[in-house]
Amino acid sequence: MKKVVVSLCLSLLFFAAQAQNTEKTRKLPAVDVKTLDGKVFNTSQLSNNGKPVIISFWATWCKPCITELINISDVYEDWQKETGVKLVAVSIDDVRNAAKVGPLVNGKAWTYDVYLDQNQDLKRALNVNNVPHTFLLNGNGEIVWQHNAYAEGDEKRLFELVKKVSAGEAISH
Amino acid sequence: MKRIAFLGLLAGAFLLPRFSQAQLLQDAQIHGDFQLDAQYYKEDKAIGAPEVKERLLSNGFANFIFTAGNFSAGARYENYLNPLQGFDRRYEGSGIPYRYASFQKDNFEITAGNYYEQFGSGLIFRAYEERGLGLDNAMDGIRVKYMPVRGVRLKGVIGKQRAFFELGEGIVRGADAEISINELSDKFSTLNTNITLGGSFVSKYQADDNPDFNLPENVGAGAARINISKGNVNLYGEYAYKANDPSAVNNFNYRPGQALLLTASYSQMGLGISAGAKRVDNMDFRSDRNATGTVLQMNFLPPLTKQHTYNLPASIYPYATQPLGEMSYQAEVSYNFKRDSPLGGKYGTNIAVNFSTVKSIEKDSLNDETTKRRIYDSDFFKFGDERYFSDFNVELQKKFNSKLKATLTYLNFYYNIDVVQGLVGKGNVRANMAVADVTYKFNSTHSVRTELQTLLTKDDHGSWGMALVEYTVAPNWFVAVLDQYNYGNKETDQRIHYMTGTVGYNRNTSRISATYGRQRAGIVCVGGVCRNVPASNGLLVSITSSF
Repeated sequence: MKKVVVSLCLSLLFFAAQAQNTEKTRKLPAVDVKTLDGKVFNTSQLSNNGKPVIISFWATWCKPCITELINISDVYEDWQKETGVKLVAVSIDDVRNAAKVGPLVNGKAWTYDVYLDQNQDLKRALNVNNVPHTFLLNGNGEIVWQHNAYAEGDEKRLFELVKKVSAGEAISH
Repeated sequence: MKRIAFLGLLAGAFLLPRFSQAQLLQDAQIHGDFQLDAQYYKEDKAIGAPEVKERLLSNGFANFIFTAGNFSAGARYENYLNPLQGFDRRYEGSGIPYRYASFQKDNFEITAGNYYEQFGSGLIFRAYEERGLGLDNAMDGIRVKYMPVRGVRLKGVIGKQRAFFELGEGIVRGADAEISINELSDKFSTLNTNITLGGSFVSKYQADDNPDFNLPENVGAGAARINISKGNVNLYGEYAYKANDPSAVNNFNYRPGQALLLTASYSQMGLGISAGAKRVDNMDFRSDRNATGTVLQMNFLPPLTKQHTYNLPASIYPYATQPLGEMSYQAEVSYNFKRDSPLGGKYGTNIAVNFSTVKSIEKDSLNDETTKRRIYDSDFFKFGDERYFSDFNVELQKKFNSKLKATLTYLNFYYNIDVVQGLVGKGNVRANMAVADVTYKFNSTHSVRTELQTLLTKDDHGSWGMALVEYTVAPNWFVAVLDQYNYGNKETDQRIHYMTGTVGYNRNTSRISATYGRQRAGIVCVGGVCRNVPASNGLLVSITSSF
């Protein structure tokens, strides 16, 4: 019996590897998150009219996350004008801090699209271990790059990648 | 047997790739994530770090998720050989405690195996994980989600909860309904007031094997919630009621449980205000009445206090909800002084003020002499006499120029050690704290961050100081040195430096770091749930990665 299971698992892996060879792109999983006014939003509806999207996982208690979002906020207008990029900030805060997300976002004068992932369904579906974790999606909604942690200056590199994606160039890690 | 195995492989090699031409399987993918924390321990009598027989302990896990169209399946392998100090020894060993398969079809979503779920804000049901705390009360069973009409979402769950590498004794059943009024009809969708209503019911079954009491084998709990938002204002309220549920944690008390959570917020560009109030009365809820600690908890009662991140305020006197009874309120205001305004300067200035207080609830004992039952009465709107915690803090954030920015924080705490940490005779602590966090950017990749912190108190272990220097070379490297110094301890031989050095390397989604030095005995908290960490001295290596 064990052998059957093992061989089935092997087949599955083999098959998935083949599938990945032909289809290298990864789309965003369809998961329900919530908007700040309590509405359900399915991530399959996320789009930016063919322009790139940055998805940033963060939390109100995560200092480097907030530093990253503040630093991007300082240059966000320029980024948008140049590339049309949109930043989606997904908060993984639970009910302890969920009510503070909206006031914090507005208090810092951020203009990002913000969603709440209280049950961490999206975080799990994207294999995010720790925050901050940032994804870059191309105009077709395919994940082309991701990064864990934030260091001062990382946003410059991110913008270089956004410009490449916006120009339709491929990204090599 | 061999033949069957061979056929299986054959199927994998030849049949499945053909299926992949079908729409469903075209986007089949596997992704995963991994984490390993391994620590080498040295005995250190000065700080009370014990000798660790194994010398090296490690916690590790790997998650794999397979998706194809509307189907997904996943598994997590966990390994604790042996569990790190501070984690429950019952984790010892390894296995696959988490695996599931799920699919979505026609507004249905069905999950078999393990899942995490929360009803409303979690006052009566929340199965979740905090890996850093060793907390994982995942359900193992079936979950169904169904949307019968637009705007109505139903969920049903049944299963048992995870306790280490086994399942708890109790069976958990529950259902939740959420109605989004604005989605129900096009007429409502254009309204500028959003209303969402929700209701849930959860029940657990556990056989009564107690010779002393006549215990309820089925315990039910219900909750109702409402969210209203209009323009800049958002209001949320949830009330929960739990039938009598005598347990080890509540000392086999027969009083039913109640919880009320209210939050309100107002925000506009540059200004954010939030306020909250909470009452909890006998709401510890577990699928095993004999479980304690963070084992087999069915619900989550959020502490209404600010979650601090700086080392001294976050780790020396952190608050955790008292599920047996507390009343608390909190308010926070943050304001952004615009760029080029007198107080804003060239880059703007941000200020946030936060205040919270937690007190006991009133309890009048009504013990029933005839049956030896313990029970009490409590006035819903009355604060008790005892203060558990209060926190007033101000945070100022300022960017001076493109190279220099700083955050200054002042905090004032009142902390009831006996109640929050469950100790006897330790009394209360009043402490003032200040933190200066300064970042200087040399250029677009090199930067240095320093933190200076102090905690001033005459109580408990006395005053602390802390200093941190962190040098970062984006995007790959960082080095940090941290020292905590208990300079105000009344016992002079306890005036100890807890010093650590860390080196880390990041690359895309992988990160490896090594920390060497002394770890103070204390409390690590994530999301208001805490665990005790014993003192240790040694080398900790952490690796995390995802693909």
